[in-house]
Amino acid sequence: MTDPSVSALMAEETEGGVPNRSFWSDAFRTLRRRPSVIGATVVAVFFLVVALFPWLFTDKDPQRCDIADSRIPPQWLGGEHPFGTNVHGCDVLAELVYGSRPSLLLAFIVVGASVLIGVTLGTLAGYYLGIVDAIVSRTVEVFLVIPLLLAALLLLSLFRTVDLGDGLLATIIQPAIVLTLFGWMGYTRYVRASVLETKNLDYVTAARVLGASDLRIMFRHVLPNAIGTVTALVPTAIAAVIGTEAVLAFLGIGVRPPAVSWGIMITEGSEWFTGGSQYLLLFPLGCLLATVLAFVVIGDNLRDALDPKLR
Amino acid sequence: MTDTDVVLEVRDLAKTYPVRRGVVVKREVATVRAVDGVSLTLRRGRTLGLVGESGSGKSTLAKMLVGIEKPTRGEILVDGVDVTDLGRADRRRLRGTIQMVFQDPYTSLNPRMSVGEIVGEAFAIHPGAVPPGGRDKAVRELLDRVGLNPDHVNRFPHQFSGGQRQRIGIARALAVSPRILICDEPVSALDVSIQGQVINLLEELQDDLGLSYLFIAHDLSVVRHIADEVAVMYLGRLVETGQDAEVYDHASHPYTRALMSAVPVPDPTRRDRPEIVLEGDMPSPSKPPSGCHFHTRCWLAPTLADAVTDETRPDGARVPSVCRHDSPKLAPQESPDHLAACHFASDAARR
Amino acid sequence: MTEQNIPLLEVEDLAVEFATPDGVVRAVDGLSYSVTAGRTLAIVGESGSGKSVSSLAVMGLLQIPPARIVRGAVRFKGEDLLTLSPKEHRAVCGAHIAMVFQDALTALNPVHTVGWQLTEALRARRKMSRREAAGRAVELLDMVKVPNAKERIKDYPHQFSGGMRQRVMIASALAMDPEVLIADEPTTALDVTVQAQIMTLLSEIQAERDMGLILITHDMGVVANVADDVTVMYAGRAVEQASVFDVFASAAHPYTRALLRSIPRLDQKGAGLEVIPGRPPDPTSVPAGCPFHPRCGYAEDVCRSDPPPPQHTLLYDRRSACHFAERVVQERGGVR
Repeated sequence: MTDPSVSALMAEETEGGVPNRSFWSDAFRTLRRRPSVIGATVVAVFFLVVALFPWLFTDKDPQRCDIADSRIPPQWLGGEHPFGTNVHGCDVLAELVYGSRPSLLLAFIVVGASVLIGVTLGTLAGYYLGIVDAIVSRTVEVFLVIPLLLAALLLLSLFRTVDLGDGLLATIIQPAIVLTLFGWMGYTRYVRASVLETKNLDYVTAARVLGASDLRIMFRHVLPNAIGTVTALVPTAIAAVIGTEAVLAFLGIGVRPPAVSWGIMITEGSEWFTGGSQYLLLFPLGCLLATVLAFVVIGDNLRDALDPKLR
Repeated sequence: MTDTDVVLEVRDLAKTYPVRRGVVVKREVATVRAVDGVSLTLRRGRTLGLVGESGSGKSTLAKMLVGIEKPTRGEILVDGVDVTDLGRADRRRLRGTIQMVFQDPYTSLNPRMSVGEIVGEAFAIHPGAVPPGGRDKAVRELLDRVGLNPDHVNRFPHQFSGGQRQRIGIARALAVSPRILICDEPVSALDVSIQGQVINLLEELQDDLGLSYLFIAHDLSVVRHIADEVAVMYLGRLVETGQDAEVYDHASHPYTRALMSAVPVPDPTRRDRPEIVLEGDMPSPSKPPSGCHFHTRCWLAPTLADAVTDETRPDGARVPSVCRHDSPKLAPQESPDHLAACHFASDAARR
Repeated sequence: MTEQNIPLLEVEDLAVEFATPDGVVRAVDGLSYSVTAGRTLAIVGESGSGKSVSSLAVMGLLQIPPARIVRGAVRFKGEDLLTLSPKEHRAVCGAHIAMVFQDALTALNPVHTVGWQLTEALRARRKMSRREAAGRAVELLDMVKVPNAKERIKDYPHQFSGGMRQRVMIASALAMDPEVLIADEPTTALDVTVQAQIMTLLSEIQAERDMGLILITHDMGVVANVADDVTVMYAGRAVEQASVFDVFASAAHPYTRALLRSIPRLDQKGAGLEVIPGRPPDPTSVPAGCPFHPRCGYAEDVCRSDPPPPQHTLLYDRRSACHFAERVVQERGGVR
């Protein structure tokens, strides 16, 4: 046993103060305190709830439209159509509620798939280097060079006539594939850079000396560092996809009618903006902006909270 | 000392890296000889101190010993068995014999893992190494043995001081019950008053567990304290080896003499003792000097040159031509265990 | 301190605080020392002792906020620099007091050549022409014994070895002909043979220019070889101040004594190393009374409750912040 006074002193010194703080709980604690983050989270969660449980917010079917009810201005709390109806007579509130689903679902699927692909490729490229890295990096470069909208336009127009049925998934699968195809590169590069930085650190060497397998090193030691950066990118990426969906809808190549999304509502609503029915544009635009802003705020703060250099 | 006492032996070990240039097709333009033919012997329960400055190759040597780098040439023998070229299964088993303690307490522990997870990782990798009583108990015992509070198992590295982190690193290395520890500058990054604690811990562990240490350091005073035998490295080669007292008190290589002279002694009354100050920097391992690697900075060689045998070295001084052409081999000095690689070793010892 | 020289640089009762998320931390708590021309003062301490923060305060390099100079004076030739505006403070420092840091790679600007860094200051402050400044830059590199100075002017910091970079940093510190040079752990990151070269260089330069040199270090060997006076710091305060010979012959503070006993020595092989139990206190939680009492072999009740008088004077101008300084200094054998 070493000098007993030594261990007693050490026990005494580290006992009182420092609580057990891991990386994530530390970050969480920082975020919890910021009012902007709390507000943004409330908004984001609200819209997620709307998308997941649309029946709580409206009892109307957005696709059952009576042309006789065309362009009724918002009746607010009084009437049958609190937010009014659009040119076809569809209830705007119902459209907003159901329209959130494709937008948000698309965002989560695209970002989820991109992250999965990007992290996997980035880790393999950074860890093994050599030919694996060469292939991955060149592929990244090729995809980066292609402009997103051009490619989206081309691909989605080409497959415009393919009929995939009516489900929610079917309406978004084509934009989902295209956006994922051009969305994974950023994560690959981040993760690869992070892997290169981490894999020569002493604690990784120590794990190798202990006999850890490559897989273990990748999952236990190298990836956790990279995940921090990537996680910080996710909310902002979600916001970006929601916005991009609107753009694609505007170009006519996004979510397909008769399904409804915020993008489609904005497209249609913009036609009526000067015609006296401003609300047709303002409601979906407002929802879009609120959601995008909420995710961006969360993303920014998350990035700051997870940045190891700022700790 | 019989041969069964030798727990680790290194024979003519070398590691070279090619330097490649070129855009499309890469050609080899130079070779970095990080380690250039090193032979060492480590005996059971003893400490071999390996001294060298940056560029000497000591870190590369350490990496080869723990299996992180593959030697270009030479053999490594553990308990008489050649382990230089092992298959995966055998190498895994070797991990249980040789482990490493790292220099930097701040980068040698994964900041996202708790201390218990760090120390216990060895058990996760080698389930067979878990002693009876279970993993948690083993981890707690290890923490206790290195002088840490076992109740702190769930804390994270940033909650510990530098000296405590080094102890965690030592506990991690001990988890697999190794017999040989390669200590790569384990106290260089610690405060002076903490260095002693960690050194004492290492000595205690050596006595209790019968460990053999290869102790790599640039701090000669620390090595003096802990090592039984000492080897001095310069530019990938050994220049002097021997028992601790022999090397320190009767250094027979001009580089060793210069190293000793450069270490400031904490006694102001001795500050005016004559010092050997080396000029310039260690040459690059990709362009080592011809003949004796040290001849370009040697203080002894110019004093031995005469008109017949001398040549001029880059800085203008004249040195015996044997220094410029012949690479000296390690040769016994006064006692058969004390070796120095200098053509003029007896002069070096005397001056 | 024993001579009649007027001190070039005098620090008096300096106290510096930092505002951190965990509360206010006092990094320096009542530090006083002085440096005269031609003499070397070594400031010795471990992490958390406040030695680096104090020199940053002297140079006006602290970020204020979160740092705050609570009290004290820093007098250069009698003028209190802390009463000047930050700009004036840095101007005085630039012209008269220079600093050399531990890590040359981060202290030198990596995107500019070494020549550019040397000439930039010369041209801005001394209004030299480009040719004059370039000439002077080569002179400076020669002075610090960088071989091929004329060629190396065009190189970037990363093209130099560690020892050479340190020489470059010294050269740039000397560019303004400072009267005081503060060297903060200048050789800690270097190999021992290079360390010897740099320390020899510093001594030579100091002697040539009659500069006052403040050497901040934790290496007692370097202190013994180079210093004239020693200030030992612990937990933000000076615990012992004396000439180097006095300190090593017989320390007057338990911390100094323990420190000297715990270092391994090249000329002595001992059986276990004496250690100081525990570790230096975190600046956020300095013990009450005397900050060293939890680790001190001489501690008694008064040490736990009363901070020792900081300027307790012993014989012949020695100072020790210990309630029992006389007893400590009389114990035989400061160094093993």
